[in-house]
Amino acid sequence: MNWTIAIPEIVLSLLGMGILIFGVLQKRNTFHMCSMLTVGALIFTMVLVVSGASGLGYSGLFLADSYAVYVKLLVLAASVLGIVVSLDYNEHENLRRFEFPVLMLFATVGMMIMASASNMMSLYMGVELQSLAIYVLAAFARDDLRSSEAGLKYFVLGALASGLLLYGISLVYGFSGSMAFDHLAFVLADPSRASAGLVVGIVFVVAGLAFKISAVPFHMWTPDVYEGAPTPVTAFMATAPKVAAVALFVRVMIGPFGHLVSQWQQLIVLVSIGSMALGALAAIGQGNIKRLMAYSSIGHMGYILVGLAAGTQVGVRGVLIYLVTYVFTNAGMFACLVAMRRRGRAVERIADLGGLGKTDPGMAAALTIFLFSMAGIPPFAGFIGKYFVFVAAVNTGLWTLAVIGMVASAISAFYYIRIIKVMYFDAPEAAFDARPSSLSVVAGAGALFTTVFFIFPAPVVAAAEAAAKVLFG
Amino acid sequence: MNAAGFPILTLLTFLPLVGVAIILTVRGDEAVVAANARWMALWTSLVIFVMSLVLWAKFDLADPGFQFVESASWLPQVGLTYKMGVDGISVLFVLLATALTPICILASWESITTRVREYMIAFLVLETMMVGMFSALDFLVFYMFFEGVLIPMYLIIGIWGGPRRVYAALKFFLYTLAGSLLMLLALLAMWNQAGTTDIAVLMHTVFAPRMQMWLFVAFFASFAVKVPMWPVHTWLPDAHVEAPTAGSVILAGVLLKMGAYGFLRFSVPMLPDAAAYFAPYIYTLSVVAVIYTSLVALAQTDMKKLIAYSSVAHMGVVTIGIFTFNAQGMSGALFQMLSHGIVAAALFLCVGVIYDRMHTREIARYGGLAHRMPAYALTFMIFTMASVGLPGTAGFAGEFLVLIGSFKVNIWLAFLGGMGMILGAIYMLYLYRRIVFGALQRADLKGILDLSPREVAIFVPLVIVTIWMGVYPSSFTQFFDASVGAMVDHHQAAIAAATKLAGVIR
Repeated sequence: MNWTIAIPEIVLSLLGMGILIFGVLQKRNTFHMCSMLTVGALIFTMVLVVSGASGLGYSGLFLADSYAVYVKLLVLAASVLGIVVSLDYNEHENLRRFEFPVLMLFATVGMMIMASASNMMSLYMGVELQSLAIYVLAAFARDDLRSSEAGLKYFVLGALASGLLLYGISLVYGFSGSMAFDHLAFVLADPSRASAGLVVGIVFVVAGLAFKISAVPFHMWTPDVYEGAPTPVTAFMATAPKVAAVALFVRVMIGPFGHLVSQWQQLIVLVSIGSMALGALAAIGQGNIKRLMAYSSIGHMGYILVGLAAGTQVGVRGVLIYLVTYVFTNAGMFACLVAMRRRGRAVERIADLGGLGKTDPGMAAALTIFLFSMAGIPPFAGFIGKYFVFVAAVNTGLWTLAVIGMVASAISAFYYIRIIKVMYFDAPEAAFDARPSSLSVVAGAGALFTTVFFIFPAPVVAAAEAAAKVLFG
Repeated sequence: MNAAGFPILTLLTFLPLVGVAIILTVRGDEAVVAANARWMALWTSLVIFVMSLVLWAKFDLADPGFQFVESASWLPQVGLTYKMGVDGISVLFVLLATALTPICILASWESITTRVREYMIAFLVLETMMVGMFSALDFLVFYMFFEGVLIPMYLIIGIWGGPRRVYAALKFFLYTLAGSLLMLLALLAMWNQAGTTDIAVLMHTVFAPRMQMWLFVAFFASFAVKVPMWPVHTWLPDAHVEAPTAGSVILAGVLLKMGAYGFLRFSVPMLPDAAAYFAPYIYTLSVVAVIYTSLVALAQTDMKKLIAYSSVAHMGVVTIGIFTFNAQGMSGALFQMLSHGIVAAALFLCVGVIYDRMHTREIARYGGLAHRMPAYALTFMIFTMASVGLPGTAGFAGEFLVLIGSFKVNIWLAFLGGMGMILGAIYMLYLYRRIVFGALQRADLKGILDLSPREVAIFVPLVIVTIWMGVYPSSFTQFFDASVGAMVDHHQAAIAAATKLAGVIR
């Protein structure tokens, strides 16, 4: 059996268990130590992913191809950034428990399995492993009412979504006789063979996955969970799991259901329009920056789905490029939000950023770059991402979607720009506490990437192109 | 290699960023940083200006195509290249941008006292964007610079502007962004058909007439806001009034030209049928702009607002000229753009001079300045006359050519467009009379000082250019004669082809 293709996942799980045992056996507090070990483990896994073998294995449950490699690298990078962002916050908020990085590690393993899933069963396993770890993380500040509430909400709604997903999978299995992606694709090669029951099953699968990427109309949990969860957890939730879920979503729609584009395209278009519109409109009234980021991420998912709605190789390439810009912009943005701390207390109102341009020019400049990037203003990375997904929409003639996307993007620019206005044009609030170097590094790296990405997009575009090609190969 | 022997346009575009990097490294207390930032920004922009004179010297007047072309691989997978170059239409705008930037920095020397370092950085970044935009030969590169202009300008208005700066900055940003996003869609559609975003290729790509209509509308949404054309001009008075003097100067001098440049570079050559189809509507909007905003200007009590409205009227003349599709009209439009770039910029500087002294732009607060400020009165008069379009000044040749061009199209168009000159004379002379002539009544005006050496240094080059453009316009028109001629031929050929095709089908 070709078991070597899963070596990165196996090694990472073993390392995670090792770190867990190490943390349990040590008497003193090992949060920092374990975090560092986890970062090391993740980076080591990146090396394994790059050099790993490819192919289909484990009785067709697990697939390692260049698409999976692309997604895994991005997920691992996002997890590393997530852990670095949490270091200082957890010290301050009395969350220095070694389980924290370990949970992130296991969530990451789940995401890697999602990226490599080639069967409905492994898909579900990956999704659940990822979700369960994050449910716990969301409630990690267990003495904090909001965090517990966020965890519970996320768990209940997440369980519902998992139920939908599972139900959809069972319908698909029942009406097609298989759960393997390649077999499904073979069976459905003739779209006329797709019975009504199968289409209903697909709708349920889409609903379950749409919940995981918080797309309208399955977005309700997002603002509350984003707001309640500890900020580093929010940062993590906004980046790595989104990448994995989007990647999975794309693989499922293009792979097994790829021949049914005409059936699900309308669905994705509607979800995409809803997400873009809600992301643009609902964020305007927010005063809490974490809630605002929640709506912003809903909007971004809408743009990403534009690429999926096209259902072409160009579209998938756009999605993959968008994900890269999305991860780095968001990681940097959240690093700045975690650094919003005044006299030891974390603050999260937009008004708290008042006059940041005077009190902390460096952080204000970085935030400005991230916000312009999210608004899709060239030359920042976010523009490149948007460009590539809209290329796909235009390419397939989805004009309505493209026009609505452009309008939504103009509206959402309003609230991004408003934050810049608060930072530069409003009267200064008291300065924030000194920024720990870990956050400065993440924010600086994110800002640098976001700014110079437009000069060297070619390698990322080439990698995305190759990854997208695999799905259509 | 190009005529200059080195990648001049890339250098011109990105050298300001080198200045930015140096300014960022300055350490010390605020006064030291401010002084260093000012000098560094001035030297950077002067070096760039001197370098840009190479374009003037080495430009081949007989060649209607792109010159100083340079290209580098950027994103080969999707057919995007980094390509720069200028032709007769854009070369003078590059020079306009590089010439106005040092003037703006000099004009902000004393009036900007807070966050000087950031201000100078914003201006240098703005210069990068402007020069890059006028020399980009790839549509996506153009778009990136076109949008990128918004960022520094938004900050310049919002941080260093007047009391309602936040509102004005936001309005400026959102108006122009909403327009440009539609242009991005048009860009994608063109790329989708032609497989490239190379402007030179797109100019010779034939788009289906129906598609041209949609593309034209999308372009129009973006460029009409930038020009600005009536009725989407309302961001301009707000932005002008609230922006600091130098911000207004660059806004009137260069940024307003971006819209008209867009029409000339994209709408007219790439979409000839749609341009011909929509021309009557453009005439209507332009005529409304000329007459309506001239009347509005007459009623203003704020000097900057008055000049802002006059800009809308002058740009109305420009859009008439562009859409006449004949050599006179288009040359006139280009000349008017250049002269307006110099004259409106100078008028805003004139307002800035007395605003720096009295801190008010209310016309009623002034009067009789001729008694205390003779040099200022003379300068102001020269630019007032140029704005009115007095023969012998910069404003005349452009308006005259546009009138000739529009006469060939329709006598009423020429008549109504020409009303702008009459109304312009009324509001400008009325403004001048109220500020400069009359008795010096207000006590606080009695101690007002005439132009300082720094201000003289700002105005002298502008005066020289204004008179030069008026007395010997062909030293400027010769730059774009060949390109305009080629564009007119191209347009007529395209229209003839379309008519022939329609005939065949019928």
